[in-house]
Amino acid sequence: MNERHVVAFLVENRPGVLFNISNLFRRKNFNIHSITAGTVLDDDTVRITIVVQADSRGVNQVVEQLDKMVDVVEVKRLDPLRTVNRELALVKLTTTDPMAREEALKLVNDYHGLILNIEPDNLITEVTGESEEIDAFLEAVKPIGVEEVSRTGVTAIEKGRLRLEKGEY
Amino acid sequence: MVEMAGTKAFVKSLELEGVKHVFGLPGGVVIPLFDEILNGGFRFILARHEQGAAHMADGYARATGGVGVCLATSGPGATNLVTGVATANIDSSAVVAFTGQVTRAVIGTDAFQEVDIIGCSASVTKYNMQVRKASEIPRAVKTAFQIASTGRKGAVLVDLPKDVTTDVEDVTFPETVKLRGYHPNYQPDRREVEWAATLLAKAQRPVLVAGGGVINSGSTRELVALSEYLMAPTAITLMGKGAFPADHPLSLGLCGMHGTQAANNIVPEADVLLIVGARLSDRTTGAVKSFAPNAKVIHLDIDRSEIDKNVETVTHILGDASLALRGLLYNVSKLRAGGDVGNQWGKKVTEFRCQMNGNGNGHKEGYLRAPDVVRALRKTLPREAIVTTEVGQCQMWAALHYDAYDPRTFFTSGGLGTMGWGFPAAIGVKAAKPDVPVVDIAGDGSFGMTENSMATSVEEELPVIVVVLNNQMLGMVAQWQRLFFGHRYSAVKLKGNPDMVKLAEAYGAEGVRVDTLEAFEAAVRRAVKSDVSTVIDVPIDPEENVYPIVPPGAGLKDALLEA
Repeated sequence: MNERHVVAFLVENRPGVLFNISNLFRRKNFNIHSITAGTVLDDDTVRITIVVQADSRGVNQVVEQLDKMVDVVEVKRLDPLRTVNRELALVKLTTTDPMAREEALKLVNDYHGLILNIEPDNLITEVTGESEEIDAFLEAVKPIGVEEVSRTGVTAIEKGRLRLEKGEY
Repeated sequence: MVEMAGTKAFVKSLELEGVKHVFGLPGGVVIPLFDEILNGGFRFILARHEQGAAHMADGYARATGGVGVCLATSGPGATNLVTGVATANIDSSAVVAFTGQVTRAVIGTDAFQEVDIIGCSASVTKYNMQVRKASEIPRAVKTAFQIASTGRKGAVLVDLPKDVTTDVEDVTFPETVKLRGYHPNYQPDRREVEWAATLLAKAQRPVLVAGGGVINSGSTRELVALSEYLMAPTAITLMGKGAFPADHPLSLGLCGMHGTQAANNIVPEADVLLIVGARLSDRTTGAVKSFAPNAKVIHLDIDRSEIDKNVETVTHILGDASLALRGLLYNVSKLRAGGDVGNQWGKKVTEFRCQMNGNGNGHKEGYLRAPDVVRALRKTLPREAIVTTEVGQCQMWAALHYDAYDPRTFFTSGGLGTMGWGFPAAIGVKAAKPDVPVVDIAGDGSFGMTENSMATSVEEELPVIVVVLNNQMLGMVAQWQRLFFGHRYSAVKLKGNPDMVKLAEAYGAEGVRVDTLEAFEAAVRRAVKSDVSTVIDVPIDPEENVYPIVPPGAGLKDALLEA
């Protein structure tokens, strides 16, 4: 059964690490749905979040192999029930119709989004939420006229006292 | 902290790792390194092709249990190494490969002899890295050796841009390197061992399967002790040749596609199957569902990612095999007495063993039979002799009919199946073990792939014996075409191959062709004493098949025994 899995990593901040990780997913013929990366508290460590569509056993195997990689400090499949997932989308809407602009502002408000830029014939909005919320927002603003979309992909963090790194901060 | 050039730091780092031999070939960007190597406290062995250099380092690593080192230039030198590096890595052999790289300033410009070797080698190494500063060379070398030789061993590639080797910087030599993300685990978990011991103690028909991990962890003694205590017949995988003495009464021999009848019929009968240090590839299991249909499978391995990869287990033990096997024996002995449990499983197995190997028939008069040649070789060689093999029919005949009694006496390219591996690997073995006869069991197809290593063997005075089972065919492909493709030969005939005797002589080695077993044995005895390499050309029937063979997709019990 193919379903979405969120895998989180802490890796050494060095060239080629992202390549090696994505390469392993490629070898197993998994399609990476989204990937986000950024340094965490220190500059030596990068936290990566990858969403893949795959069967559960396959993902477990890849996680074992990723764990083996020297530059991977920690890797973990996140339990969807114990995880907060967030994604950010920038959406450029094109409209000169005042009614449609009004509708757009209302929708952005409903989805707790922000207006980042306004020009005479378009506006840029920012929406954050779970992937499904962003899907829904995009569906809702479609009739108004979507010029361009840029999504970050999912970043995730575990609830409560769970955390990725076993050692001390 | 000392100020020195990258080249000096490199050579000093190798010396600090205790390197005695380096195999390789120079080229443009590594000329500065080779200049410094003249001052190195190790022997440099010049190959004729980088693939050969990598295989030599691989053979050296397997023979010593340590690290084999090879060195090549950038671009084609580096890509030529890749086959050898991949071969070593998949067979868990500790090889450190150094490649030259173009100057930092021109990396990424498609400069002369530039190849992105880090990208190329990423999926066939345990780790790779490009060094960015001269002062980082000692740490890079230390890291490479540490990663290659610990945990599940493997190949590490280090890329050295030319100006990094010529820069002069302040350098320190670290004693150890701490790697946050690398924790090879040796100590098995006590509860895992106890639980596995409980299953083994209750077993009515226990069977053990030993792989290359037994050899890498040096746990043959522990394995034999457990096998004897449980009266558990023990099969080996191809990489496990030598892990369990072939002349032991409980030895079943090779399991898998070309396994013995004993191993292939007894392994699927097990009610508890203990796998030790094996990764259970398709060639070992046959059809997975009939590999161990009624068994509780226990997998002992140092690499967690191998557990449940191909065969589902009921439990596993992670860690060093010798520690785990010792723990198993201790715990089993608390739970039950040693010897047969009353069902005479051990005795049944011993009886069954007598109907061991399919001999293959249908060979033509006037030819020697390959299995007879291999057995004669075993009989003629001293017990401590070391054998390497090429790949294909010769490899399977060697695996089936050459009895390996001790660990590290039989080496083969198991995972990658690299034709041309055996000969250069044998030269590497000889460099490590100059006093032991080293024999490559070859076919004419494989030998042709790296036969230029003969020049290295002669000039470096590393004599090995090459037994060419010569059928003027790419024999294993031809066998499949005979058995599974209606006897239609496609691109397998090697009629244009050179005369092996003259070929050997052209290199200043010895060559001899034999057509009787007596002549063969005499030639082997002479070759063992010779100061130069000897090629023994043994014409065999081009139509001879390796039996038994489990057809692809079939279960182990469904082997074809005869034509």
